[in-house]
Amino acid sequence: MSPALIAALPFLGAALPSILIRTGRNNAAAVSALITGLALLGLLLNLPTVLAGGVVETRIDWLPWLGLNVNFWIDGLGMLFATLILGIGLLIILYARYYLSNRDPVGQFYTYLLLFQGAMVGIVLSDNILLLLIFWELTSLSSFLLIGYWKHLPEGRQGARMALTVTGMGGLSMIAGMLILGHIAGSYDISEILKHKDAIQASPLYLPALLLILGGAFTKSAQFPFHFWLPHAMSAPTPVSAYLHSATMVKAGLFLMARMWPVLSGTPEWFYIVASVGLITMLLAALIAIFKHDMKALLAFSTVSHLGLITFMLGLGTEAGALAAVFHIINHATFKAALFMSAGIVDHEAGTRDLTRVSGLRKLMPITFAIATIAALSMAGIPLFNGFLSKEMMLEAAFHTSWLHNEWLVPALATLAALFSATYAFRFISHAFFGPVSTDLPKTPHDPKFGMWLSPAFLAVLVVAIGLFPMVIAGPYVQMATNAVVGGGYHMHELKIWHGVTPALFMSIIAVVGGLAFLAAHAPFQKIWDAMPRPEAKVMFDWVIARAQALSDWVTQGLHNGSMARYLMLFTVASVGAGLYAFSTGMIGAPTRELTPVNGAAIVAWILVLSATLCIVAFHHNRILALVMIGIVGLTVSISFIYLSAPDLALTQISVEVVTTVLMLLALNFLPKVTQIESSRFKISFDVALSVFAGAAVTGLIYALLTRDFAFPTMSGYMLDNSYNLAGGDNVVNVILVDFRGYDTYGEVTVLGIAALVIFALTEALLQGASSRKLIAWRPDVARGGDKHPLMLLVVTRVMMPIALVVGLYIFLRGHNQPGGGFIAGLVVAIALVTQYMASGFAWTQARQKVYYHVLIAAGVLVAGITGAGALFNDMPFLTSDFGYVKLPGLDKFELATAAGFDLGVFLGVVGSVMLALGGLSRLARRAAMGEQEGENGPHIAAEKPEARVLAPLAAGPYPPEAKVPRRWWKTARAAKEATQAEIAAIHENKKNHGGDH
Amino acid sequence: MEVLVASAIGVLTAAGIYMILRLRTFPVVVGMSLLSYAVNVFLFATGRLVVNQPPILRDGVTSYTDPIPQALVLTAIVISFGMTAVVVMLALGAFIEASNDRIDLETEEDGR
Repeated sequence: MSPALIAALPFLGAALPSILIRTGRNNAAAVSALITGLALLGLLLNLPTVLAGGVVETRIDWLPWLGLNVNFWIDGLGMLFATLILGIGLLIILYARYYLSNRDPVGQFYTYLLLFQGAMVGIVLSDNILLLLIFWELTSLSSFLLIGYWKHLPEGRQGARMALTVTGMGGLSMIAGMLILGHIAGSYDISEILKHKDAIQASPLYLPALLLILGGAFTKSAQFPFHFWLPHAMSAPTPVSAYLHSATMVKAGLFLMARMWPVLSGTPEWFYIVASVGLITMLLAALIAIFKHDMKALLAFSTVSHLGLITFMLGLGTEAGALAAVFHIINHATFKAALFMSAGIVDHEAGTRDLTRVSGLRKLMPITFAIATIAALSMAGIPLFNGFLSKEMMLEAAFHTSWLHNEWLVPALATLAALFSATYAFRFISHAFFGPVSTDLPKTPHDPKFGMWLSPAFLAVLVVAIGLFPMVIAGPYVQMATNAVVGGGYHMHELKIWHGVTPALFMSIIAVVGGLAFLAAHAPFQKIWDAMPRPEAKVMFDWVIARAQALSDWVTQGLHNGSMARYLMLFTVASVGAGLYAFSTGMIGAPTRELTPVNGAAIVAWILVLSATLCIVAFHHNRILALVMIGIVGLTVSISFIYLSAPDLALTQISVEVVTTVLMLLALNFLPKVTQIESSRFKISFDVALSVFAGAAVTGLIYALLTRDFAFPTMSGYMLDNSYNLAGGDNVVNVILVDFRGYDTYGEVTVLGIAALVIFALTEALLQGASSRKLIAWRPDVARGGDKHPLMLLVVTRVMMPIALVVGLYIFLRGHNQPGGGFIAGLVVAIALVTQYMASGFAWTQARQKVYYHVLIAAGVLVAGITGAGALFNDMPFLTSDFGYVKLPGLDKFELATAAGFDLGVFLGVVGSVMLALGGLSRLARRAAMGEQEGENGPHIAAEKPEARVLAPLAAGPYPPEAKVPRRWWKTARAAKEATQAEIAAIHENKKNHGGDH
Repeated sequence: MEVLVASAIGVLTAAGIYMILRLRTFPVVVGMSLLSYAVNVFLFATGRLVVNQPPILRDGVTSYTDPIPQALVLTAIVISFGMTAVVVMLALGAFIEASNDRIDLETEEDGR
């Protein structure tokens, strides 16, 4: 099976347990086991190739320009780890089926487990460090879910957060280190990086890269001083602990060190950092483990200690060290998983796993006792069990290691660590299983069901089998993986139990005997230990987290205290600062362009813009005046566009000006008409200074641009040359919009449509609940004109309507060759429609309007999209246009271009968007106006949409509103028309009754 | 002419920035409009100022102004309308909901 598929299988199957849990826990567990088993089978099919020294690869380009490719490979090391991950995963799935109770969400558990498993397999099979990093982060995330699985336990949540924080930070550090490494090697493929040992170790960036990568590895593998998260992660359910802390998550850091061993190891830096940290971790954690009463806590610290051992071995940088590390990875995975599962069984059956409470379980749970004893003796390093073999190798390697020319320090410390290790292993057995039978346990313990002890028993068998026949059972795997770690060409000596009388044997004997002695004297030592002041890692961690949070609060509050004026000020200051930096570091040549001559009209326009703008600043407290002044600025800008050879822009600007003014007026209807002066003098002076400075900077920048020619030839030449030939249009601006840069325009019309829909949604929200009541209660704060719908305006707009539409059509049609096009035509038509609303009122117009503006927007986007997609049928890229010339009798030859279809889409989109936006505001106004006429028209139901008008009487009546709403909107519109006529009649009726008080 | 355009852009920018730093919604909206003008004209002017050479192809004419900034600015003008409309709507909604048109969140003192 391809490596990519093996890594993908757990992810693909992750949803299945959560779905199948509805059919029972057995099915959820079975499907998880099936997926894992399938992946394992697929992996093992590749075993012969890998054992023969081959490598199985899958290479898929993903983002090649970033060096990020989906490259998977299975080499010896990956094979070993993947086997451990999937194999122990399978055992855990079985074990968890019996361990978890009915109340636990078991489906979720298996889903998380599979996600985690996939991420782990991904790490060990990745042949690309960027891909590896992705999986690395995924393990942090999925292990967070697993550790925090018992969400109701605060310790579980805290432990999960701590694990995520520590390993997540390490992951960040590793990303940086990996990027440096890839940069030095010139490739992000691991197989490629591994070939560049000399270049990497000679690079000045070697040490930073090493430190950063080790930051990731040490946090993940809980090495000192980052070891503290692992024991806190023990609040997870035991299957999780057994899985994460025996074979997988914590081994990821070791895997990484082993993976990078060929290029990173062998230097003094590597030795003194990695070996020392490993040794300290091994010693310290073993000592702490002796005094832990919680069986899982003891195992947690022992795990940290054994990880330290493996790190220590990798840190030696010798082949013997690598061999010991690889072999101990296998052995530790087997006995530690078995031990965790045994502790879980004790907890499950006895209701507690406190070593001071449980005792004498040997008689109550013989099977568990046998399994736990085998595994613990292996952990203690007793001969005939597998732990003995790798521990011997470790001691042997330690014996030959000198630290800063000190010959005895490392061997002594290693022996001491082995002694501690034997002590806690013996304590685990003797305190839990020997001694008097405890009677005050929450439950009466007994051996669990077969399914629950099967997994640890299988591992215990492995422990013994490897211990007795190391070469037969584990030999090929160890050879294969060690060969991969050291980078090939490795030939292992035979693994055997008896090496003769060696220093390591004496060290071993000291450790075991010393361990027994220590255990005998455990009680007094425990008292001393308990009385000793010790730094508590969790307290320090919490302190750091609290400080970090306070700091980030302080920064956030300083920048984002809820004052928009402050954000904008900071934003402006930052922009100006960036500009200043660019200005002070950039270079500028001499001016190359002649100045364009000035004429009187230009000066008049300039004075107009300047004075209007300054008036806005000075008199902006009078909002209506500010609006008028804005209009002056806009009009002058449009005229300037004409003068400066941009007729299309002028047309667009002037039509946008009209709709913007209408929009602002509609808003100002509600808003206060004056702005109070509330800024302090200081703020005003500061703002003036800042804005004047920014304005001056912008002036300088654009002046510098205007007086110089283009530094590089622009694309404009291409556009001008090909506008007619390729797109058949004379108006180059329009051709760019609908053809050359059609994609941009397509996006822009879509954005405009979305903006209009946002406005619609906001309006809907405002028309409900409290804001709706506020609107109804709202009264105009300025005097109104006498006549709502002046007759003259009414007549003029209605006469103008068809003319305006014809003009819009004309502008649309000529757009390809003359100033105009979809945007401008859309705006013109929208203005024509808006004037109808203004003159004749919302209700009158709405009742005559047969099309939803939503539909127009959708139609616009669709028409543009379909026109663009048409090109695909001619084997051309999306949005390629075509054109041809047609001669009809009686007419001149004229052109037909598919771009016109696209422009039609733009046109529809613009009309729909503008009308929907303005319509939203007028609906608010109408709601408020209903309040004014309260008592005349009865209940106020949103009467803006055609069908809402029909709904109004229905909602007031006894029938549910849904009952009689026609499905088709045009029918609705017809019904709406009739309803409007009825309403008009009713108003006339009212007028009669009130004696014409208008 | 360059001096006039550059200074006009600068004044529009300065006024726009001053206005967006005010404390009420309407001046901020006005400021955004002014900034939109400034930015649009700025972008347009990066095509350099050319008089009487619109980018409409005609027989016998060889020199045209740069059409690309124009195309960019044309859509920018329409989009800035969309943006203004959304901002106005937000401002209006905030005013109706909160009964005041302050742009800043209420500080603790106001809350009391």
